Amino acid sequence: MELIWEIAVSAFLVLAGIFALVGAWGLVKLPSPMTRLHAPTKATTLGVGGVLIASMIWSIGSHGVLSFHELLITLFLFLTAPITANFIAKANLHRAAPPEDLPTLPEGQLWAHQSPGTDTSEAAFEDKETHRGG
Amino acid sequence: MRRKLIPHPHLSLLLLVVWVMLQNRVTPGSVAMGLVLGLVIPVMTAPYWPDRPSLRGWGRMIAYALLVMGDIVRANVIVAGIVLFKRNADLRPAWVAVPLDLTSAEAITTLAGTVTMTPGTVSADLSADGRTLLVHCLHAPDPQSVIDEIKDRYERRLMEIFE
Repeated sequence: MELIWEIAVSAFLVLAGIFALVGAWGLVKLPSPMTRLHAPTKATTLGVGGVLIASMIWSIGSHGVLSFHELLITLFLFLTAPITANFIAKANLHRAAPPEDLPTLPEGQLWAHQSPGTDTSEAAFEDKETHRGG
Repeated sequence: MRRKLIPHPHLSLLLLVVWVMLQNRVTPGSVAMGLVLGLVIPVMTAPYWPDRPSLRGWGRMIAYALLVMGDIVRANVIVAGIVLFKRNADLRPAWVAVPLDLTSAEAITTLAGTVTMTPGTVSADLSADGRTLLVHCLHAPDPQSVIDEIKDRYERRLMEIFE
């Protein structure tokens, strides 16, 4: 493999490593569960992305073929990362977050995690159904 | 007739592209198999998804995807900067409530996912009536500006695509 390809691959790997490390350091350093959630959801996206770009450059440089299933990993990551973050945030809201810290809603509405036995999606769905019926 | 055969063209195209990408080679065989999957799966799953939102504008969708990807890179750099260079005492984490104009579940899901992936914000919950989004900010000295950015930058564009 030519030197220039090796330099490009190494550069992306090092960059990715730095971002992954920052994400891990944020998990240790930030003060509360909710703020800690920010570091791994963001800083690691570029960490994984850098490794995938390096992998694509390597396959072009060493085999001369364009490998693109790395993009699929990016797609799956973009779909799953917000859902994981949302689950952790919800668990934290149920267990630890004091309700008086949350912003208040108009007209005595509650946040979904505070209202007992309601499912947002189902409520929204039924709401839609009644609108269509009427 | 066309609606019966291809009830969900976007899903068909997505299945074709994902299948070809899984194969990692564009060959006649992989494209043919992708076409079969793209035609059969939407027809078989259509009854389970009666309230599909109708999406409008390929250009708008691609523009939105590029905008979000650019913002993800920006978000990574900003959050890394905050983690490395800001003392915990200077950090101003805040909860903000973003009133939603979007109504369809798919559009709100897209917005919540976007908010989580972009600078310094994580979407945590919806109000029980589904009209307000609860967002946590890592560092927000001015919460109102965060609300304005989410509404103007992302929600307005999603409104044009979904409704």
